[in-house]
Amino acid sequence: MTHMPRFSRATAGLMLSAATLALSLTAADANTIRWARSADALTLDPHSQNEGPTSTLLHHIYETLVLRETDGSLTPRLATEWSIHPEDPSIWVFKIREGVKFHDGADLTAEDVVFSFNRVKAESSGFRALHAAAVSAEAVDDHTVHIKTNGPSPLYVQNLTNFFIVDKDWAEKNNVVEPQNFAAGEDNFAVRNTNGTGPYKLVSRDPEVKTVLTLNENHWAEKPQVTEVIYTPIAEAATRVAALLSGEIDFVQDVPVQDVNRLQETPGVTVVNGPENRSIFFAYDVSSPKLRSGNVDDNPFAKQAVRDAIHMSIDRDAIKQVVMRGQSQPGAMPLPPFANGWTAELDAYDKPDYAKAAELVKEAGYPNGFSFDMNCSNDRYLNDEAICQAVVAMLSRANIKANLVSQSRNLHFPLIEKRESDFYLLGWGVPPFDSQYVFDFLVHTPGGSYGSYNGGQYSNPDLDKKIEALATMTDLEARNASIAEIWKVVMDEKIILNIHNQVLAYAMKDGINLAVHPENQANMSTVTYK
Amino acid sequence: MSQSTSKLARMWDSDVAYSFRRSPVTIIAAIVALTIILGAVFAPWIAPHNPFDPSSLNLMDGFSRPMVPNEFSGNTYLMGTDNQGRDIFSTILYGARISLFVGFAAVAFGMILGITAGLVAAWRGGWVDSLLMRIADVQLSFPSILIALLIFGIARGVIPTNMRETMAIWVLIVAIGLSDWVQFARVVRGAAMVEKNKEYVQAARVIGVHPARIIFSHILPNVLGPVLVIATISLALAVISEATLSFLGVGVPPTQPSLGTLIGNGQKYLFSGEWWILLFPSATLLALALSVNLLGDWLRDALNPRLK
Amino acid sequence: MLAYSLRRVLQSILVMLVVALISFALFRFVGDPVNSMVGQETSLADREALRRQLGLYDPFVVQFWNFITRAVQGDFGISYRLQEPVMKLILSRLPATLELALVSGTAAFILGVGFGVYTALNRRGLASNGIMTLSLIGVSLPTFLIGVLLIWVFAVELKWLPSFGRGDTVALTSWWTTGFLTPSGRASLVLPAVTLGLYQMTLIMRLVRAEMLEVLRTDYVKFARARGLSQRAIHFGHALKNTMVPVITVMGLQLGSIIAFSIITETVFQWPGIGSLFINSVKAVDVPVMAAYLMMIAAIFVIINLIVDILYYIVDPRLRLDGGGKH
Repeated sequence: MTHMPRFSRATAGLMLSAATLALSLTAADANTIRWARSADALTLDPHSQNEGPTSTLLHHIYETLVLRETDGSLTPRLATEWSIHPEDPSIWVFKIREGVKFHDGADLTAEDVVFSFNRVKAESSGFRALHAAAVSAEAVDDHTVHIKTNGPSPLYVQNLTNFFIVDKDWAEKNNVVEPQNFAAGEDNFAVRNTNGTGPYKLVSRDPEVKTVLTLNENHWAEKPQVTEVIYTPIAEAATRVAALLSGEIDFVQDVPVQDVNRLQETPGVTVVNGPENRSIFFAYDVSSPKLRSGNVDDNPFAKQAVRDAIHMSIDRDAIKQVVMRGQSQPGAMPLPPFANGWTAELDAYDKPDYAKAAELVKEAGYPNGFSFDMNCSNDRYLNDEAICQAVVAMLSRANIKANLVSQSRNLHFPLIEKRESDFYLLGWGVPPFDSQYVFDFLVHTPGGSYGSYNGGQYSNPDLDKKIEALATMTDLEARNASIAEIWKVVMDEKIILNIHNQVLAYAMKDGINLAVHPENQANMSTVTYK
Repeated sequence: MSQSTSKLARMWDSDVAYSFRRSPVTIIAAIVALTIILGAVFAPWIAPHNPFDPSSLNLMDGFSRPMVPNEFSGNTYLMGTDNQGRDIFSTILYGARISLFVGFAAVAFGMILGITAGLVAAWRGGWVDSLLMRIADVQLSFPSILIALLIFGIARGVIPTNMRETMAIWVLIVAIGLSDWVQFARVVRGAAMVEKNKEYVQAARVIGVHPARIIFSHILPNVLGPVLVIATISLALAVISEATLSFLGVGVPPTQPSLGTLIGNGQKYLFSGEWWILLFPSATLLALALSVNLLGDWLRDALNPRLK
Repeated sequence: MLAYSLRRVLQSILVMLVVALISFALFRFVGDPVNSMVGQETSLADREALRRQLGLYDPFVVQFWNFITRAVQGDFGISYRLQEPVMKLILSRLPATLELALVSGTAAFILGVGFGVYTALNRRGLASNGIMTLSLIGVSLPTFLIGVLLIWVFAVELKWLPSFGRGDTVALTSWWTTGFLTPSGRASLVLPAVTLGLYQMTLIMRLVRAEMLEVLRTDYVKFARARGLSQRAIHFGHALKNTMVPVITVMGLQLGSIIAFSIITETVFQWPGIGSLFINSVKAVDVPVMAAYLMMIAAIFVIINLIVDILYYIVDPRLRLDGGGKH
């Protein structure tokens, strides 16, 4: 399930074929695409910032060993094949593609991969958490790399989808052996200059204004149809849509959900949808004896009956229909459907039953209901504040009064980190496409590298052991069985109130063909002209 | 003294009323402003719904078109509903209530602060003047957005969570009022310094008239003209500032929207076809601000004896 | 005069220090910068380490001292968000804002004074009532809405003008780029300048009108009329000149609010100036950029105020600046 074309084409048929004819004539020549999204890349250093728009832009200039396709699968990129070492399960073996050249003409070798590995492991790297399991890398020959992990790590390769390869000599020559340590006030050559192997070369960049890329004629793969990319961030949603409607932009990556339907009906504009790898859910404090913001003397969320009542009062279909304008995949599991461990059975949800929910709240010892603060971000997820508002209204029908405190992400997320919120909204992407990633961060008892976003401080020693064991299990069948067991407990105890998975919408001029990427990493080299 | 009081009384008795009767634009403006103000004041009795009560909302009522029955619930709304299923007509009444309260209170706060500071600065001069004007410089260096952020931040630390929603409005009033006072202070100071050096004021000082008396009976009436110009625009501006702050993410809580919040919310639907979510609140704000400004114009001319 | 100037300069430095102090007090309430800087996998321990490295846990006084000592040397640090030196970022964005402010400020002044004089002289005319009322519509809607509506009409529906950005620019120096020299640059200026200047124009117009009406009734204008001076000489030689004191005061104030309001205009039009840089920095808690921006705004204000005071002195000799001269 890659994308769900919801738009009707019947009417635009004739017009389209005319446009197709015109465009197919030019497709062989120069094709410029003017691309807008809400935010710019923060840096061009490929190992500095683990952040969506930054990685998306860098995928045009730099390349990774493995590529996440729009259907979620991993395909070869700079690595032609990869496997776990037959004799030592704690070694990953990568065959590096031959005949690949960096933009400056240097050849790609195993040494460059090893160098990139060390660079991404550096103190100032934003990606080092993804390589926590990896210990060292070694160039076995010119085109083979061994990466040693601390114990078997069958999922490690899933963490490499944003691991960009840089040229060792170039980095050493320009004194950028480590990513910029901007926290210490250092400036760095790699922030503004690039030397990748990717399909496009950097022509110019004015941060937050315009970045221009041009085709890399020496690229190893099939030549993309787009020969020039002009990337412009437009922060204001209405302006972004206006720029597409006025014809100043060819492709808008972040389309506000409310504009999707109208854009679909607009002649000359095509909208494609696809699920994003991101679940939107609420979680709540299940461990404190008393709520910080509650009006009762105990913690209602510690009681199963209250959690049942909360889950019973959410009308996910109404949220999808009205708040998300159809742009979401409602579900009970905080896991995207394409990730390992997802089941339709666990993801199923019931229609709300407000009367029964109110009854449960009453029986739990709150005849007058109870109140608390609901923390919500208002600038992070699609319509986050509106989702919270809708949930406030739904909960109030079950006699649960939530006071909405919605604020910027910079104030919202520290509350979760510092365990200062009773009830909060959170979105979670699952880049390795595996349940373990969710368990590690959201379910495991907080401590060390585990449970950093388990803001409700759920703790279950049994589950902790099972979660820790997942990391090194190589028997996939047993591993999947264990994942199913963990999910059963998480879903039964209702420690997370999932609302939906986000659905992304890309809007573009008719004639441009681009599928939605689950990590929202649109790549202009995959654009085709119809 | 008696001459000026009788002049004032005469003005109220006849001139003002006369000029009001003579100006159809002013009459219309007064009717519009009064309608909106009364609608806001009596919102709880007029509005068909209470949009501030979340339990009364049904999400499936969302995006109902004006006067067209909702396809799911069958309910019909005069001006349609917004993305949360709130009746737009009711939210406008309740929203105007909040906006007007914030507007009046913020202007009053800024005006009192500004006039006092301006008069004191002009009258005392010297280091008092320098200090006040440098404070004004500092104040001006901070866009109202920043002042609001600062005050909101402090409020977050100081005010207990269960009072934040109620306090948000007061925080806004202080934030907008604070960004207003400098305008009043600078203009009052400028005008008062001119007046101060005029012969009649100098004479009054020489014969030992109490400074407060000179200020109130001679200087203040003379600076009222520019103050009124600023105050009228400020009232409309305060309502609009509130909208702008909401647009930038600091303002009244989204569960208790003001007119500005409604417009900020509505502009998201400019290209999506739900025109009513933007049009009705904007039209209300426009009508309100326009009529207040027109009334201000008229009032200034009418109260100014030298324009007769 | 020298003593006065010297004291004003000292006061200005004090103002700047106070601004820096307040800015720093403010930053703690904007949120946690680290969240925008790391990926979701980053452990809590690593986040803590980064906060410590950024000096976020240093005592307030230490943070403030570090900032001041470096700022004096012109070093405002590296942006947390865009990872470029802050001075470089601000310098590269400043021309866009200054050009926008210049165009909208000049237009607002010329049109404001023009309309103000016209409506004062033709107080009862149909055209002046029309101008007065129409101008009010412009200030009766929030700036962001006016901007979005202009985009809708002139960019989307009519396709006459660009909806965002600065168009093509020409680099004059290493950091000064101008949009004045290209057709797309000039076209891009129109909508943001109108949005930004509308409010200022209305304010100036109303002020000029009010002051003109007052002055036209004063004895010396009546006297001038009695002496048989031409209408033109009275209106422009005497009346308009005397309305300029409050107008200059307000203009001085408005120059500042043009820059403050440009935050919203630049956000709506994706205008690559310091206003949009600032609001993006606030959203990401980019403390170094916020601090530098505020210091720069403070500097601009202090200078404007100084100039306004001197202009006051020139335009209206009665003021004599005696308030400041006594001590």
